[in-house]
Amino acid sequence: MSFLTYFINGLSLGSIYAIIALGYTMVYGIAKMLNFAHGDFIMVGCYVIFTIVATMGLPPVAGIVVAIILCTLLGVTTEKVAYKPLRNAGSPLAVLITAIGVSYLLQNAALLIFGADTKAFTPVITWQGIVLADGALKIQGVTIITIVVSVLILVCLQTFINKTKAGQAMLAVAEDKGAASLMGIDVNKTISLTFAIGSALAAIAGALMCSAYPSLTPYTGAMPGIKAFVAAVLGGIGSIPGAMIGGLILGIIEILGKTYVSSQLSDAIVFGILVVVLLVKPTGILGKNIQEKV
Amino acid sequence: MRVLKKVVSVMTASAMAMSLLAGCGGAKASSDTFKIGSIGPATGGGAAYGLAVKNAIQLAVDEINEAGGISGKQVEYKFEDDELNAEKSVNAYNTLKDWGMQFLIGSVTSACSIAVSDKTKQDNMFQLTPSGSAEDCTKYENVFRVCFSDPNQGLKSADYIADNNLGTKIGVIYDSSDVYSSGIYQKFAEEAAVKGLEIVSAEAFNADNKTDFSVQIQKAKDGGADLIFLPIYYTEASLILQQAARDGYAPKFFGCDGLDGLTAVENFDASLAEGVMLLTPFAADATDDLTVKFVTSYKEKFGETPNQFAADAYDAVYAIKASIEKEGITPDMKVSDICDKMKTAMTEIEVAGLTGTITWDASGEPNKEPKGVIIENGAYKSME
Repeated sequence: MSFLTYFINGLSLGSIYAIIALGYTMVYGIAKMLNFAHGDFIMVGCYVIFTIVATMGLPPVAGIVVAIILCTLLGVTTEKVAYKPLRNAGSPLAVLITAIGVSYLLQNAALLIFGADTKAFTPVITWQGIVLADGALKIQGVTIITIVVSVLILVCLQTFINKTKAGQAMLAVAEDKGAASLMGIDVNKTISLTFAIGSALAAIAGALMCSAYPSLTPYTGAMPGIKAFVAAVLGGIGSIPGAMIGGLILGIIEILGKTYVSSQLSDAIVFGILVVVLLVKPTGILGKNIQEKV
Repeated sequence: MRVLKKVVSVMTASAMAMSLLAGCGGAKASSDTFKIGSIGPATGGGAAYGLAVKNAIQLAVDEINEAGGISGKQVEYKFEDDELNAEKSVNAYNTLKDWGMQFLIGSVTSACSIAVSDKTKQDNMFQLTPSGSAEDCTKYENVFRVCFSDPNQGLKSADYIADNNLGTKIGVIYDSSDVYSSGIYQKFAEEAAVKGLEIVSAEAFNADNKTDFSVQIQKAKDGGADLIFLPIYYTEASLILQQAARDGYAPKFFGCDGLDGLTAVENFDASLAEGVMLLTPFAADATDDLTVKFVTSYKEKFGETPNQFAADAYDAVYAIKASIEKEGITPDMKVSDICDKMKTAMTEIEVAGLTGTITWDASGEPNKEPKGVIIENGAYKSME
């Protein structure tokens, strides 16, 4: 029974990683760039919700809607200002380093505006969850909702990409930017749209993450962002269902590792997995094997 | 023309010499006031601690000046912000030294205090940290402290829990990446064994992994812990309380001075902190004259209830006053001579302060009794 409890705890942590990894992998899959500032977009979303709900006293729904709008704007602007000018720079490293710079910029801006004091986040989900086996097992409401929302997002994204014109354009851009633009696809617009969706997902992930772990500092998004990146790599970066599976597996491994191995080594286990995946199957669980043509 | 040039050059040279002399004069202490400096975080993560210290020293200095100063000399006071950063703390120390500081009350936090003590050791400047509790804070003979050291807090916590029968099966959640937390935990574990307390789970977290406490809480629950010992800071404690409540687990919670500030977390549901106990040398609701007077004037002046850090800092000022009077220190003495006299004076004085009656030994450690405090209706109440 206690194993089941730990397993469920793992599931609830994993669901958070999964929802963050969705945004990560979406941007990577289309724009072929790792947006290391994704975790900090989440943090920005959380602060927006905090300001609207706790400070202004408006309902959580208003907070989430405003956070989605502001995060979308932030994502699109960041892409235009910081990433686009470097898209054709010789090395893909240039954008990667810039993303890290954006991450620090956002953290320090939050530090300046909100201070370093921890804020207690008002959970936007108040449902307590379900209790099984006479109270011995408890699945939290936020866990169930996070998983449901993740699956919903997964289905929507898959449908959007495979069934709509804009989605098909994304696939084309992901395949070959040059060829796509020759076919009359507006590459800039498509990448902007990708960032808009990815950042909106960050706001939703933020609302759920801070409901599960209601403490907010300017560094709130940093570590979960990196863990979600590991999850995305584990599931196969660029693969949207892969992010979901990778997130859940990573959360379960982290909690079980903490429980049965050592509470001090849990991060070592998580990042050890990243190393093993990169060595054994660099494309991850659901990643496509791309054959290099010589 | 040549003469004029000469005159100009002589004048320039003398002006430069003057300014050099003036520079020396500025660095030397003015001879008719005592100058106390203090360093702590006034902004950022530890602001609750630093501001309390800043305000309490101001209060004590104002009181002393109104009553005629120390040995008839007025006291000047200056506070510098270090943002909880060791490097900035050292910069702040240099600023204060240029101002002519003779006594340093600080730094407020352990790591900053240790960094500054390397400098005060070089300069032989008297340093009294109100709240730097790490063992290394007082490794030099010119540094004393007002609060308990980390090992001492672990020891007293175990004694307090055992002597007052608060629990027999203890779960511990501590931060293995923090000296303060692991220092308390190690001594606590030793003393718990001596006192017959059973530690059923001792689970760590670290600075990079401090949002999910489900495993640590579940392990304590599985082990049947009736009391969870939290030798950690209030930020993580607030999350642990929230997660335990969500799991429907309600053991007793017991912590050290790091939990002071728990009810001040912005937007935190204070009802979760109800019944949390902490061992601290100061309780704002105590009814002795000194505490009542201090709490009233602090509230009047700064609009909030003082915490333990404020009390430690207040006592620090009076310890310096007592030492100055004991050894007949005057403001015109050199900083290094003052420090030498303070070193002996501190071991001879006895201060009846807010945090108890304190005496010091030459290693810089205070001797005093801790008080158990419980949070009731959002306020700290003495457990006695």
